[in-house]
This record gives sequence, structure tokens and C-alpha cells, in this order.
Amino acid sequence: MRDPRHLGLAVLAAVLAVLPFVLPNSFYLDLAIRMAINAIVVLGLNLLIGFAGQISFGHAGFLGIGAYASAVLPTHYGVHPMLALGAGAAAAGALAAAVSYPIFKLKGHYLAMATLGLGIILNIAFRNEAALTGGPDGMPVPSLELFSFTLSSDRDWYWVVAALLVVSVWASLNLIDSPFGRALRALHGSEVASKVVGVDIARYKMAIFVMSAVFASIMGSITAHYVGFVTPTVSEFFHSIELVTMVVVGGMASVFGSLVGAVLLTALPQILATFEGWETVAFGAILILFMIVLPRGLVPTLAARLGKGG
Amino acid sequence: MALLDIHDLSIAFGGVKALQHVSFSIDSGIVYSVIGPNGAGKTTLFNLITGVYTPTSGEIRLDGAAIHGRPPNELARRGMARTFQNLQICLNMTALENVMVGAHLRLDRNLVKAALRWPSIRRRDADLRDEAAELMRFVGLDRYTRARADSMPYGALKRLEIARALAMKPRILFLDEPAAGLNPTETLEIDALIRKVAATGVTVVLVEHDMKMVMSLSDRILVLDYGRKLAEGTAAEVRQDANVIAAYLGAHA
Ligand SMILES: Nc1ncnc2c1ncn2[C@@H]1O[C@H](COP(=O)(O)OP(=O)(O)OP(=O)(O)O)[C@@H](O)[C@H]1O
Ligand SMILES: [Mg+2]
Repeated sequence: MRDPRHLGLAVLAAVLAVLPFVLPNSFYLDLAIRMAINAIVVLGLNLLIGFAGQISFGHAGFLGIGAYASAVLPTHYGVHPMLALGAGAAAAGALAAAVSYPIFKLKGHYLAMATLGLGIILNIAFRNEAALTGGPDGMPVPSLELFSFTLSSDRDWYWVVAALLVVSVWASLNLIDSPFGRALRALHGSEVASKVVGVDIARYKMAIFVMSAVFASIMGSITAHYVGFVTPTVSEFFHSIELVTMVVVGGMASVFGSLVGAVLLTALPQILATFEGWETVAFGAILILFMIVLPRGLVPTLAARLGKGG
Repeated sequence: MALLDIHDLSIAFGGVKALQHVSFSIDSGIVYSVIGPNGAGKTTLFNLITGVYTPTSGEIRLDGAAIHGRPPNELARRGMARTFQNLQICLNMTALENVMVGAHLRLDRNLVKAALRWPSIRRRDADLRDEAAELMRFVGLDRYTRARADSMPYGALKRLEIARALAMKPRILFLDEPAAGLNPTETLEIDALIRKVAATGVTVVLVEHDMKMVMSLSDRILVLDYGRKLAEGTAAEVRQDANVIAAYLGAHA
């Protein structure tokens, strides 16, 4: 508890515990669930972008893998939803591992383009494999059974997602402050220095890319089951941009920044509902604005102002 | 047998022949210096030996085993450590964490155990924190054990690089201009620090422009000029070498 970050974890758990009792109606409960889901994906993405310093503009593709695994495998092949979720995560992880070797030879713009291309290819695959995925119209997703318990009410979903969020934050905090996490941050700070102290940087980049892909795929599955329907929009380029914007707004290399970014930008489309169709523009504008005015993001900037030093 | 054996080492960057047919060897436990005017190829030599660059031709042997072309992370495993002329400190981390990264290979780097806050990892990290703080005191950074790296002055960062390298528990330590940009007092302190490190049995290879420091510290000196070996020997031998006087000292006088 001496560590402010563990205080943050306690505060988060407390807020999540009382939230469903104070939210006025199911609209807000639904919003909270989607915020928490996004927060977990953004946490994983921030480990890659903020901590390890590697960009990905294709992460929605991994969400899509999870979402479609949970839709297609139970529907067409009778696979148990939990097994389908696991298979999606394994597939996303395997794909991330397979592409990471050529991809991480690239830096900067080239890395951005390669990950963007990967996301687009996945999106096209989901769109075109209509026999399996329902094409652009999407397909229904059966409900998720946890052992003998079927998740149906929003309350149930809320507790599952809230528990996942707390565990993810706890695990991320642990990871960052470990030999693995220090190596990850070190290769961001100086690739040559980390190589010379013995860090196999290609392996570390791969490990964190795989981990963030697995996070995304699992949350893609959860989203699909929660919504009960999946369309190719889940894996669209714009969704990848949304996720990156959440990382940037909340703050690169900040665990709690990831939560703040996800919460704010999940709420934004609700606020902008009257400007239907301008969402993309709004996200783009926010991304540019933060890059210029507040490049460190909200939470790290605030922490520095308060003199806590991050 | 020498600890490090360099034979007929060359590297070219496009048309620039940065090193040409350089041979020498370094015995265990000595302070060995590499000097030469700007652009002579000193940093390039360090980059070749530590695996950052791959030689165009020639051999590098550590304890008799060929290591040229091996990646830096493998050479780190074999006991090689270095600092950088252009600081390579991770400014996104604290000073202490920079030193802790030096111990990378001695730690359990498992991702899953780390995420689960495995007790053995926590305990080892707690010990390592003490160890790293001790190393910071050893290099004279007592004041900065709780500092962020990006808040430290240049001279302190130079020492932090040495502390990080020492955290590797190396057998051979390469220091690329540790006193560059330091004032005379700080330079004397670095001189004393290098002696302290050498006294612990670590072989030190030093690139430095401060001749007083080099001449007084070094057991042997290699002189490079335009990528070629100009002379090699003890400080007294090198100082009297006609080629060195003509080409190197003459040019500087
Ligand atoms: N990566 C590189 N690409 C192209 N040329 C290089 C590279 N590294 C070094 N060189 C060239 O090799 C030559 C030797 O450079 P090096 O940095 O080794 O010199 P140095 O002896 O360390 O000089 P200084 O005392 O200024 O540090 C220079 O001409 C330099 O421009
Ligand atoms: Mg140099």
C-alpha cells in the first residue's frame, strides 16, 4: 500500500464494487461493461505501445479473431464456448508470434503500416468468409456458459468483466515491476543498451505482442458473447485507431492512464450521438490534439503536476 | 592464453574503412586503453567486440572461442559489459531500475510468474534493489538512489552507465570515453573509480582522450589512426614510438 499504484488498485476495486448499486439504469450498466472491456484491451495494448515502445494499428484484428472464434466455433462446429474462447486466444497468440519476427524488424512508420495491414487483412477475411461469418451482416453468438452457469443478465456480465479488469490491472502492475517488465521498458529506452546487458529484444517484443494479442482476442470473445452478435466492424481499422487513441489520451506507459483513456473515449460516442457519423473525425482530432498538446497523456501529466513522478 | 584475442579485424561502412587489419590481445586482469584521434575507429572497435556490429573480416576470440558475429545478448552472457560514448541510459526508468536492468541475465525473467507476483521473484527483486543501490554508492551516486534517470545531470549519467555495466558482474568491461565532458575534479573521480573496478579483478578496456589519465592508468595501450593500428605497448613504449609522435601527438600538439 505504500506504493501509490497499489492504492490505485484498491480504489479501482472499491469503485467497481459499488458502481452497479449507484448507476441509475441499465443504459449506464451497459456503458460501464463496455468501458471495462475496452480498458482491458487498452491495458494490453499499452504494455506494447507505452511500455515496450512498439506501435500496433491492427489490434482490432485480434479482437475480431476472438469474437469470430466465439461465434463460429460453437455455431458451426458445436465447440463449447469456453473452449472456443481459448482457441481464439491461442490463434491470435500464434498469429502474433508468427508475424512478430518479420514485423519487429521494422520501426516507426513501417511498423505502423505492417500492423495496419495485418488488421485490414483480418477484417477482409471476416467480411468475405460469408459462409462461416455471415459476411458484412455478421452473425449471432451463443451465450457464454461458465461451467454450469450461463451468463445472461447485465449484472452477471458486469461482475465478470469487473473481476477481469481488477485482475488485469493487478497483473499489469506486477509485470511492469519485474525483471520481464524492466527489460521491456529498457528496450524502449535504449535498444542497444538492453541488447548489451543481455536482453534478447526480438523475444521480448514478440512476447509482449503475443500477450497483448491474447488480451485482445479474449476480450473480443467476451464482447461477442455479451452483445450476442458479431459484425466485421469489431475488427475494423477505425476500432484499432480508437484503441490507440485511448492509450494516447490516458497516457503512454501508464496502467491507470489506460483505464482513464478507455473510460473517457468509450463515453465519447454517447456524448457525440447527435453528431452521428462524425465519430471518426472526432477520434482523429483528439489523437492529433493530444499528440501536440499533451503527448504524455492525462494520467502521467497529472501525476507529474502533483509531483508524484509518474 | 589472452582473455581477448583480436586477429586481422576489419570493417567497412560502404566506402569507409573504419578498421583495417587490426590485431592485438588483452590479458586478463589488466587495464588496456585504446587511443587515437577522432574517427580513428575506437568506438567501432568496441561495437565489433561487443557484437553491436559484425566484422567484414577477421576474428575475435574470448578465452579462445570465436565470438565474432555473435549477438550482444550472447556476449553479455559470456561476461562482456560496456558503456557508451553517447549515453544510452533508459530515461523512461528510474536510476535504480537502470542498474537493475544490468542484472537481467541473473534473474528469473518468466512472464507468467512476473504477472502473478511470484514470491521468489519479489524476494529476488528486493535483494536486487539493495544490490543496485550498493553499486550506485560504489560509483559515487549515493545521492541518486531514488532519482528518476531523466532528472540526473550528465556526469551522474556517465557513472550510472558504469553501475549498470557492473551489475552484470562482468569479467571484461569496456568504457567508451567515461570522462568525456566532465570537469577536472569529476575526471579524477572517474580515474579513481576505474582503479577501484580494476582492483576487483575486472579487466578494463578504456577509450579515453584524457592522456594524463590514460598514461597513468593503463597497463598497455593500443593506438589507432584512420582505422589502422599505429602502435601497441606499455605507456612508456607508446610515448616513445616514432609513428605515434609523428601522427598522433604531432597532430594534437
Ligand atoms: N554505423 C556507421 N555507419 C557508417 N559509418 C560509421 C558507422 N560507425 C562509425 N562509422 C565511421 O567509422 C569511422 C570511425 O568512427 P568511430 O566512431 O569508431 O571513431 P572514434 O575513434 O570512436 O572517434 P571519436 O573519438 O570521435 O569517438 C568514422 O569515419 C565514422 O564516421
Ligand atoms: Mg568514439
